[in-house]
Amino acid sequence: MRSKPSSKSALVEALNLRKYYPVYGGLFKRIKGFVRAVDGVNLAIREGESLVLVGESGSGKTTLGMLLAKLIQPTSGRIIFKGVDVTEKIPRSLRRKIRVVFQDPYASLNPRIKILDQVIEPLLSEGVDRGEAEERGYKVLESVRLDSDLASKYPHELSGGQRQRAVIARALITEPDFLVLDEPTSMLDVSIQAQILNLLKKLKTEYSLTYLFITHNLAVARYIGDRIAVMYLGRIVEMAPKRVLFSNPLHPYTKALLSAYPPPDPEKGWEPEVPEDMATNPANPPKGCRFHPRCPLAFEDCRVRAPETLEVEREHYVECLLYR
Amino acid sequence: MAVVEVKNLSVVYYTPKGLARALDNVSLKIERRGEILGLVGESGSGKSTLGYAIAGLLPENAEIVSGEILVNGVNVIDAGVDSRPRISVIFQDALTALNPVLTVGEQIAEIFMYVHGMERREAYEETRRVLREVGLPEGFTNRYPHELSGGQRQRAVIAMSLALRPALIIADEPTTALDVTVQAVILKLLHRVVKDNDLTMLYITHDLSLVAHMCDKVAVMYAGEIVEYSDVRSLFRDPKHPYTIALLKAIPRIDADVEELEPIEGSPPSLINPPKGCRFHPRCPYAMEKCRVAKPGAIQVGHGRWARCFLYEE
Repeated sequence: MRSKPSSKSALVEALNLRKYYPVYGGLFKRIKGFVRAVDGVNLAIREGESLVLVGESGSGKTTLGMLLAKLIQPTSGRIIFKGVDVTEKIPRSLRRKIRVVFQDPYASLNPRIKILDQVIEPLLSEGVDRGEAEERGYKVLESVRLDSDLASKYPHELSGGQRQRAVIARALITEPDFLVLDEPTSMLDVSIQAQILNLLKKLKTEYSLTYLFITHNLAVARYIGDRIAVMYLGRIVEMAPKRVLFSNPLHPYTKALLSAYPPPDPEKGWEPEVPEDMATNPANPPKGCRFHPRCPLAFEDCRVRAPETLEVEREHYVECLLYR
Repeated sequence: MAVVEVKNLSVVYYTPKGLARALDNVSLKIERRGEILGLVGESGSGKSTLGYAIAGLLPENAEIVSGEILVNGVNVIDAGVDSRPRISVIFQDALTALNPVLTVGEQIAEIFMYVHGMERREAYEETRRVLREVGLPEGFTNRYPHELSGGQRQRAVIAMSLALRPALIIADEPTTALDVTVQAVILKLLHRVVKDNDLTMLYITHDLSLVAHMCDKVAVMYAGEIVEYSDVRSLFRDPKHPYTIALLKAIPRIDADVEELEPIEGSPPSLINPPKGCRFHPRCPYAMEKCRVAKPGAIQVGHGRWARCFLYEE
């Protein structure tokens, strides 16, 4: 997706970012091919915004999140964070400004270490003395609304929602600018999900954060997002401000995705118009437009020409030949 | 005669931490054939336990301590294999339900041969028919489960349910493992198949949005109890139990911009040591003195609707 080059307000930028994973096979486990998890993504995340990345499994949304969080190295392309090219190496002072929250709060916490100790661990490893670290730890626990008497508990003594609060607290302890949130509420029950979503909204203002929020749930995207990017087989196929995307979706895949979600209201219709369930393989994406084999509107050109990104209205980008 | 009638069912689990009262005096009816009843609740609400109790699939550490489960009038708790009405279960993970070393056709044909006593040729003819009905054309008969996509596997499982001609289908989160576009297709198919064949289904889910479009009736569960029972339209238009009301305000909506969700504060209670009185009272904004000490009964709140809540007491 094209973005305004190095616009002042961009906190994080991806320039033609790719991540290929080798696929091994055969007798000598030679490289047979590559899974193109992320295949040419351009993206600028603005300071203070909440950009939601939606897509189904295998779309590459998690890989893109890990790239931007600097957890894995890209195959090619560049990543700019706060104006600094951090593709190859990220200085320590910037490293601590990017933090990640994963889906499973239990897997994210060490079962043998007390909550407060896990939360302040990043500070201790930076050489902050224990007294000060604990003081800041309690403060951040208060921000995520975790009772201070839970500080000395172990993860298994906490509920799922409390654990996710602890994980968020640990992310906040280094005073980051950028949080990558990968399905942070999808393992939680709905009553708890609402608590965490509201907490994340509040923290974003309190801590002046910028979010990359990854989810498969479009209803969650509509609640938490300012802008929404839709991923399909390693590419961002549509991106727009939330209101625009929900009122005027353009890409046939986005339309299909939106129609698949039932509204929580039996008096509203639910007529999903979704393409054939096909095994889509990122190791061998279709030629031309990647969506063409499943697209109800595909025409001859779609089979051979890869669509480029078009800005069809202000800030509304779509990768589809229909809008040439 | 109701297709399913659960009367005062209580189920406990023996756990290392103590006795968990997973179902407490649950009563429920599916009145007529062709009906889809949604069982909705969060984790630990007892919705799967109720489904498994009806299917006779409770794990070893569970025990039915009281109550009756009638399916087509037969008490399935102590009925022998021969007199038990047939119940088919569709699980979240289709792969565990399919035999990996048999083709899809073979495992469905087995049902026609061994359950319905058909000859081999007739059984395979019927197999092809049910596979067509679930959208798996000819070529799929000879495929193995691992050769199918997630959606196709769930189609095969639905075909097996059809082949069994069950008195009741219990679908436990059948699409939770699938992508949303596939989920939409499978649920539409399941709904059509149940209605076309006049089958009866208990649909277990945590997702109220799916209940809205899949079900005729709905039972909302909380902490081992059914707190509200209603037809689907009335429940969404005018929810009665404070838990149902709160739940509907807590879900993000695909169809509207919501300024602020209203979460339900606190967490669901432990089933080992549940709160006295109404189990929802510690989280309930309307809780009264009485709610802390007494358990509300099922109070009628409309035509064919009831809620367990003192707010509606005359």
